[in-house]
Amino acid sequence: MPLSDQALPASSYQNRLLQALSLLLAACVSVPIIVIILQWGTLGSGEQVIWQHLFDTKLGRLALNTLILVFGVGAGVTLLGVSLAWLTSVCEFPGRRIFEWALMLPLAIPGYVMAFVFLGIFSYAGPVQTQLRSWFGVNSWFPDIQSPGAVILIFSLVLYPYVFLLARTAFLAQGRSTMDAARVLGLPPFAAFLRVVIPVARPAIVGGVALALMETLADFGAVSVFGYDTFTTAIYTSWSGLFNLTVAAQLASLLLLFVAVAMTLEQYGRKHQRYTQNERRKTSRSYQLRGGRAVAATLFCCLILLIAFVIPVTQLLVWVSNNFATDLDSRYVEFFLHTIGLAAMAAVTTAAIALLLALGKRMAASTGMRRWQQRAERIATLGYALPGSVLAVGIMLTFTWVDQLLASAFQMQAILVNSVVALLLAYVIRFLAVAHAPVESGLLGIKPSVIEAARSLGASPSRVLREVYVPMLKPGLFTALLIVFVDVMKEMPATLMVRPFGWDTLAVRVFQMTTEGQWERAALPALTLLLAGLIPVILLVKNSRFMPRGC
Amino acid sequence: MLSRITLVSSFLILAACSREAPVQSAAEANVATPAAEIADSTAVDAPAPANTESSGPVVVYSSRQEYLIKPLFDRFTEETGIEVQLQTGEDGPLIARLEAEGDATFADILYTVDAGNLWAAANKGLLQPLHSDVLEKNIPAHLRDPQGLWSGLSVRARTIVYSTERVDPAELSTYEALADPKWKGKLCLRTSKKVYNMSLVATMIDRIGVEATEEVVRGWVANLATRVFSSDNLLIQAIAAGQCDVGIVNTYYLGQEQQQNPEIPVKLFWANQEVSGVHVNISGAGITKYAHNVAGAAKLIEWLSTDEPQHMFSDLNLEYPANPAIEPIELVKSWGDFKHDTINVETAGRLQTEAVMLMDRADYR
Repeated sequence: MPLSDQALPASSYQNRLLQALSLLLAACVSVPIIVIILQWGTLGSGEQVIWQHLFDTKLGRLALNTLILVFGVGAGVTLLGVSLAWLTSVCEFPGRRIFEWALMLPLAIPGYVMAFVFLGIFSYAGPVQTQLRSWFGVNSWFPDIQSPGAVILIFSLVLYPYVFLLARTAFLAQGRSTMDAARVLGLPPFAAFLRVVIPVARPAIVGGVALALMETLADFGAVSVFGYDTFTTAIYTSWSGLFNLTVAAQLASLLLLFVAVAMTLEQYGRKHQRYTQNERRKTSRSYQLRGGRAVAATLFCCLILLIAFVIPVTQLLVWVSNNFATDLDSRYVEFFLHTIGLAAMAAVTTAAIALLLALGKRMAASTGMRRWQQRAERIATLGYALPGSVLAVGIMLTFTWVDQLLASAFQMQAILVNSVVALLLAYVIRFLAVAHAPVESGLLGIKPSVIEAARSLGASPSRVLREVYVPMLKPGLFTALLIVFVDVMKEMPATLMVRPFGWDTLAVRVFQMTTEGQWERAALPALTLLLAGLIPVILLVKNSRFMPRGC
Repeated sequence: MLSRITLVSSFLILAACSREAPVQSAAEANVATPAAEIADSTAVDAPAPANTESSGPVVVYSSRQEYLIKPLFDRFTEETGIEVQLQTGEDGPLIARLEAEGDATFADILYTVDAGNLWAAANKGLLQPLHSDVLEKNIPAHLRDPQGLWSGLSVRARTIVYSTERVDPAELSTYEALADPKWKGKLCLRTSKKVYNMSLVATMIDRIGVEATEEVVRGWVANLATRVFSSDNLLIQAIAAGQCDVGIVNTYYLGQEQQQNPEIPVKLFWANQEVSGVHVNISGAGITKYAHNVAGAAKLIEWLSTDEPQHMFSDLNLEYPANPAIEPIELVKSWGDFKHDTINVETAGRLQTEAVMLMDRADYR
């Protein structure tokens, strides 16, 4: 990567401040993650017994299950996300204008909600199988609803929007020009798509898939509804069943190692590639699909929308209509406001920190400095792969320690534990990766030559920041804001543990109902959560049209 | 408002932590109050003489869900004027939080389901003893910690359910007997990751030993009709729909299903009546080691063992009152009387690790 794209001279005071600030922030965000990794320091006899037991009984099976899930969900979200993104951004067919935003809607559905809704509908005792039995007799065949395939399907349905969103932005930027060029050079359509269109969009697609997979690895809610044991399950049973938080943290840090290695490999894989597009897309020419193809495209989009959104929402509505009168009370206003308020605050903080980190790396004064920035950034964005409550423990330990330090040094009262600040920090750590992806790709989309041009035309460093970076980064930042907003709304385990007194949110309410098996009564908070998420999701799609090219 | 609460509670913590007022002596001073106050059984509900030194709110960390216990706390506040602040969450994280906060904790009371969790908290030294004549009178000894660190407040029974269409109850006897090959392909179980099953197996280990228990659990697994369920409700619905014939659940889940559908073709069978009795567990509470409002906390726990709140447990969640003098509501009474397993529920915690490992070995997921 060339170093000449700095807006600020390496030696300038602002640049050094920026570097220091970005490293400092990365360090702060990394502390709870490091606290968890440091749990390897304790490996007493109790821990050894449990490790031995895990090896002897289930670790192999869980690792295999996790791998199956990762590959299955990876393939699922890529297929769904990329195909739908391509169709809605470069082709024209009936309904496209609706699908281009409607297909984002599943992002508003938390995975655990999707899981219990599907189980409610399709389990043996659910309405579908009951109906089938009444038609075809008690021995009629139905696919195993708790099989790995079903779990992979659920995750793919709620997580493909990440890939859809990022891939779509990339495809919109390409337009059909890349495809056309490849075709002119003699490649058949599908080969052109695979060998030219996809590689150019690769950073965006990989970014989306990475987000989806990290969320899959961290998930405990959906997999436990399905009784599908993954690595995260081992983390939880070590903690809640075997009363050993240390082993849980050690297991969690293995998960982090796995993610870190995967990310490094991916980075290495595209080390020397850098894709930027040259001309601005002039016209919105698109492939006009006709006849059978148009019907097929419309049907495909309809099908996905039906399974991923219409069916679950309808089921929630049916449940809500049964319990509406008894469950709705004035406190819902409070839950709603807490949810929105926390999400907004977290979104702004997280996006701001993501921007600082990205700028810090971009403007690093030397290769050495850049490497430090990169390392710091990588650790700081790992939090997304940590199960929420394990992360929450790391945060709790850190904050209690800081509070005690402050108390003994300055006679201060506890300010962090049980404060909104603590919760916000938890969100930042958990979702920094989510904000980082669009900001980073926005930044990559700004070609070094643009900065060089501005500089050579005599623009001052601060003017370059103000008039080039900021406007060009706006769409990426906005995307970061909105995704974090939606994710924070859905977040459950960390909210449960770190929230201050009285800060119950809709997700907390969902938890309170599902944990007692009251799925029907969880429908009201789940549906409210979903509705609140729709607006940012729709904004997100509208915004994606303005994302910079080449990300 | 919030910041004021934080401020007040922070101040209280500082007060409670100062060396002049060691927590232990505060507890002792408090213990004397209710003992002196309770002259006869009718005085149980009478407000205690005001213990003015710490009259702030009582902060409760609870893994019991808000809609099940908030109504109780509201009643308590009405009666005594003492505010109750509730922080709900999952057992593991709440106990971890309590541990992390140490002597700076906000919590006065830890209120969880399952003796296993209370045992874990007590074992980590997070609770302090409460020796109370009221509790000793209202709650049977096997539902309390031997050292007085926590007390059960409601009882949940985990027993066998069967399909009234396909099973003759005469075929049923004990949990152990469900391992018999005659139930092959007919048994449904909830996941072993639920603490209720850990406790059931832990008490079985205490009763018949590790080897015999492992054989039973292997038998169960061999008899499973389908993968394990994530909730007792789903399990009951599966029996009703014909996916399997027998299962093991907590009674109140069947109660919930019966309230929704009185005709549901599933019934309770009281297990192990000829031998140990039905496995019972508790929801219960203990005072945290570094509580700053020990007096208020003690009062709340004692109050919860008395008539009205004990009725409410049964009303709100179809559980059994822990106080044997109180009758449960009609629906719960309609299931009939049964013999409890009177092994101290603390066993469930003590042997939980062993139970989890055993279930892993037996491939009970």
